[in-house]
Amino acid sequence: MLTQAQARPLIQERFGIAATGEGPLLVVEISPDRWQELGRFARETLGCVYFSFLSAVDWKEQGLEVIARVENLDANFAVFMKAKLGAGETRCASLCPVWRGADWMERECYDMFGIRFDGHPDLRRILLPHDWEGYPLLKSYAVDTPHPPYR
Amino acid sequence: MEIKAPTPQIPPAVWTEFKDLQEWEKLHKERPEGDKHSALFERLEEGIFNFPGGFIVTTVADAFLNWARKSSVWPVTFGLACCAIEMMATFASRFDVERLGMVPFASPRHSDLMIVSGTVTIKMAPMLERIYDQMPDPKWAVSMGSCANSGGPFRNGYHVVKGVDRVIPVDVYVPGCPPPPESLLYGLLKLQDQISHFRKTGERAAPTEKTD
Repeated sequence: MLTQAQARPLIQERFGIAATGEGPLLVVEISPDRWQELGRFARETLGCVYFSFLSAVDWKEQGLEVIARVENLDANFAVFMKAKLGAGETRCASLCPVWRGADWMERECYDMFGIRFDGHPDLRRILLPHDWEGYPLLKSYAVDTPHPPYR
Repeated sequence: MEIKAPTPQIPPAVWTEFKDLQEWEKLHKERPEGDKHSALFERLEEGIFNFPGGFIVTTVADAFLNWARKSSVWPVTFGLACCAIEMMATFASRFDVERLGMVPFASPRHSDLMIVSGTVTIKMAPMLERIYDQMPDPKWAVSMGSCANSGGPFRNGYHVVKGVDRVIPVDVYVPGCPPPPESLLYGLLKLQDQISHFRKTGERAAPTEKTD
């Protein structure tokens, strides 16, 4: 069985990036154009079949960062994937072809941050009403944005 | 890739002159020519009241009707958040609001009271308004808990209606986060007090001064 000690050189070999993070947590910061490739590699080669979560961080003028955590439950290690999209960029590759579980997480991420996931089968809002304007978890979103007639 | 919102599914119009249900509801809510039935009753009651000795009849009738109204307030079960758990506890056997004549009923069209228990989000507010509109007059509303009163801990959130009184008229506010069943019971007793002088003033009771 593949252990986390064996997984680190595999990532180094394939992507040329050293995985940071201690112990069973492998943090991989990747460029957004290799996002889906890393996902496929983590699932098929590293055996991370469990998709834990996907979210995003708003770094203001530095742009958005998409983060996802996938786990190998047998070997007990996790790959933490990060990708900085760059300033003003809202497009990212979808992980839906790799994990079915990424579907709703990406919809939520689109709902809250406005990130367009290319290749997502059904990208629309999941929590907020469909006529909502703006993306509330962005730092530029004012929480007192008027919403007639209720606010 | 273009992102499009799904087209809303409008239910088929029952009346041919209305384009959709929303339009009919708007007209129904505005009632341009007023409430004909209530106007007729008011004129009838005024006639009896002005008849010699007739005031005894109307006062007794009012007292009887108010007694009947306040002892069979049926709340529609409208639980939104954790306050609903306390509301259920109030309805259950330990606190037992059924001794006040309250039967929690799962249909707005048979209910007189709406206990808004929990956070009202902007997404939920149109549904809440629609359910309230479906209740027959006379109807009352109790705002239960901090969230329904003012938004509570989520007041500064992006999706929360800051008080359910921005959506529907509220008669009794029950504070607490969540209010224990005793608090809700006290609020319901206050509501019964309000109902008991519903017709004496001819209108709804004004907000009472602070009790303690």
